[in-house]
Amino acid sequence: MPWELDNDRPIYLQLMERIRHDIISGVYRPGDKIPSVRDLALDAAVNPNTMQKALAELERSGLLYSQRTSGRYITDDEKLLRKMKMDLASEHIHQFFEQMHHLGFSDEETLEMIHETLRREQNGNDS
Amino acid sequence: METILECRDLTKKYGSKYALYNLNLSLERGQIVGLLGPNGSGKTTLIKLANALLRPTGGQILINGTEPGVETKRIVSYLPDRNYLGKHMRVNEAMTYYNTFYENFDLERASQMMDSLDIDPSSRLSSLSKGTLEKVQLILVMSREADLYILDEPIGGVDPAARDYILQTILTNYNENATVLISTHLISDIENVLDRAVFLQEGQLVLNASVDEIRSQHGKSVDALFREVFKC
Repeated sequence: MPWELDNDRPIYLQLMERIRHDIISGVYRPGDKIPSVRDLALDAAVNPNTMQKALAELERSGLLYSQRTSGRYITDDEKLLRKMKMDLASEHIHQFFEQMHHLGFSDEETLEMIHETLRREQNGNDS
Repeated sequence: METILECRDLTKKYGSKYALYNLNLSLERGQIVGLLGPNGSGKTTLIKLANALLRPTGGQILINGTEPGVETKRIVSYLPDRNYLGKHMRVNEAMTYYNTFYENFDLERASQMMDSLDIDPSSRLSSLSKGTLEKVQLILVMSREADLYILDEPIGGVDPAARDYILQTILTNYNENATVLISTHLISDIENVLDRAVFLQEGQLVLNASVDEIRSQHGKSVDALFREVFKC
């Protein structure tokens, strides 16, 4: 299945996001070898040079490292993986607050609504 | 990077009408390039010039530094926009034909691809559906170990699933040293497999940029940009 990609953003950025997401969600584990550029490009149905660029960028960020002859691996640096997870989480939170602003809610109101929702769900689970 | 195709002030006139006018374009090895433009923009003229089916009125076109001719046909694998094989031929005869004609044809690879599509090698081309015939021709063209593949409207007449298959075939078979030039107006279907997009309009180059450059600069897909540039 070709990967789902948006039309209005650079493709290599979306490939990076997808691979990051696959690492966080456990499709790949720390220290795992990832498939070759060609296989990943075929799987995603994208240009191999674009996939190459995405992997090179991920390598530059330290998330991947390459072993000269045997291919590319996921880092086993737990600290770095944890940091990436936190970065992604704060990105999601940021986006969420932004959307709430668009709807006209202040940060305080949004927070109150989050608490309210959690309380209701907990009560629901109890009964 | 090494240049595989170069046009210098390339001009082609039909009667008093210019099909191409002072076109300057250079394509490097190792890329998949989309040749895009509305009907009558000069795409097929450019492709025919590259395959020595036409001669330039002015300027030059060079394949790997040589003018199109017998020598360049060794390294260029060309898929015309219409059926060029005798309809009476059988699939295996067409493969033998290619194998005799081109020393860089990989018969085994072609047979395997025909197999994987469940195409019976003994069936006559005239008995195949339009989509299957297009696939057979693409397999023949992509089974050559060429330096430049020129595909004129390879996905025109096939359904979306077959289109995916054709794109996979292109991605699987080309090597890093070769360039694939695909002319089409179905941009959104092939956008993700392209390195660059070359836009032609009235025989002239209006844009030559990488897909991701276009997306970051314009904040829209190549397809959307195309619709904007060539708005009727």
